[in-house]
Amino acid sequence: MNIGRHTLIGVPYLWLLLLFLVPFGIIFKISLSDIALAIPPYTPSLDLSEGWPGVRDFLRQLDFENYVFLTEDALYWKAYLSSLKIATISTFLALCVGYPIAYAMARAASEWRPTLMMLVILPFWTSFLIRVYAWIGILSTEGYLNQLLLWLGIITDPLQIMNTPTAVYIGIVYTYLPFMILPIYATLERMDDSLLEAAEDLGCSRLSAFWIITFPLSRSGIIAGCFLVFIPAIGEFVIPSLLGGSGTLMIGKVLWEEFFSNRDWPVASAVAIVLLLILVIPIILFQKNQEKTQEADA
Amino acid sequence: MRRFSWFNATSLTLGFAFLYVPMIILVVYSFNESRLVTVWAGFSTRWYGELLRDQAFLDAAWVTVRVAFVSSTIATVLGTMAAYVLVRGGKFMGRTLFSGMIYAPLVMPEVITGLSLLLLFISIGLDRGIFTIILAHTTFSMCYVSVVVSSRLVSFDRSVEEAALDLGCTPFDAFRSVTLPLIAPAVIAGWLLAFTLSLDDLVIASFTAGPSATTLPIKIFSSVRMGVSPEINALSTILIGIVTVGVVTASLVSKRRIVQRERDEKMAGQTA
Repeated sequence: MNIGRHTLIGVPYLWLLLLFLVPFGIIFKISLSDIALAIPPYTPSLDLSEGWPGVRDFLRQLDFENYVFLTEDALYWKAYLSSLKIATISTFLALCVGYPIAYAMARAASEWRPTLMMLVILPFWTSFLIRVYAWIGILSTEGYLNQLLLWLGIITDPLQIMNTPTAVYIGIVYTYLPFMILPIYATLERMDDSLLEAAEDLGCSRLSAFWIITFPLSRSGIIAGCFLVFIPAIGEFVIPSLLGGSGTLMIGKVLWEEFFSNRDWPVASAVAIVLLLILVIPIILFQKNQEKTQEADA
Repeated sequence: MRRFSWFNATSLTLGFAFLYVPMIILVVYSFNESRLVTVWAGFSTRWYGELLRDQAFLDAAWVTVRVAFVSSTIATVLGTMAAYVLVRGGKFMGRTLFSGMIYAPLVMPEVITGLSLLLLFISIGLDRGIFTIILAHTTFSMCYVSVVVSSRLVSFDRSVEEAALDLGCTPFDAFRSVTLPLIAPAVIAGWLLAFTLSLDDLVIASFTAGPSATTLPIKIFSSVRMGVSPEINALSTILIGIVTVGVVTASLVSKRRIVQRERDEKMAGQTA
């Protein structure tokens, strides 16, 4: 029994320690070292094989120069701010698009709901890369959208949407929409309709009944949906690099280029550590919201 | 009674149009004769032929399927173990850290996960290739499996397991003959999720693949960067087709099962 229990806990525990936690230690260590023209391209400032003198050397040389560099070069803090801005705007847009869909799904006849659910989940199972790729053909200058608008006579010159932040907003809203719809739908579906009937009996208009009852009751779903879009959107790489062009600055792309093009591993690691610190706050808030919802359900 | 207004109908129509029109366009134009993707020049299956003759794509697809199969299978075993520990394990040392490590990868930006694993592989001197992609994919997808399986473990009645133990089953037998069949749908769903995540992953695979192995998303990404291409449209259509058949079948099966259960319950009610 005891051996069985130990393996059961030990194997997944050890796996995650070695392949999840230890790598973070390594990122942190490399973010404190100096870049060098070597393979691997950094000089280790912490050498544990030298034992205690190695640690002492490390502490003596310890400087946060890569982090200082991040604050000095405008590229980095602009990229962080721009990621936050793009993620915030896209989350808001996804909420505006997703809420009416989730609301209508919850209002639909109950025999239709599983089918509607399936239709929302289906794109989520399709390749993320392909769903982003689909928009290149639509948004480019000779793309389908411009062709349609020109043919309709709404515009006379093609619109430049590709390679602008607008294309990134569209891409994020499109790919993450199921994450916004599903939690909101889950709260709306459970809602007690008699509350609405009572409000209407008491003379509420349907619109004000919505704002007084439905909207506040779906709050936990809205919060969950917003975090599920916001958190991955901040570190997004694929969407800005395929749709955003060179004009759109996002930190995931900066990290990628720092690593693959500039081969500056210490700075790439420092970028990653700062990104993590930024993400800790929304992640903790999200966790709190989930716990509160679970308590309310129990 | 819930009212379904014209407003609801419009938002459903527009919403699903937004979700599906881009994919439909992709599928339609994969049958376009012209290499200029945005100009329709007549029906043709020419790009499917070119795709199937492109050895680099076929090799990448084969690597991707192998990686996805192996990593999702290991991830399902580890993830189910982790879920069981979290839900039934009781207290043990480092439990908080354990559950933190299960949930953190779910919200971790892919660029960070990829970078950290790459730095790990380099610092322990592991050659990058298919093996390292499998390790990386297993690590993040086992967390998804564990979340799916633990939500099922939480919801079912524990007394059946206890009954098996009281009747003399060893804990392992009780798990095999009682718990496992009960959580099987969640385990299968977890495996499918892990498989899809692995098939789909570009960022983590790019970091951990190294020059010797190329997966399908890496191949797609490098050719998509040059712009729209008809071969990629054909490939997308094939992938969309597979997913659609899979999801529709799964939902029909689960619908049948629900209907069957309702009928059984009714029968049981009549005999009682």
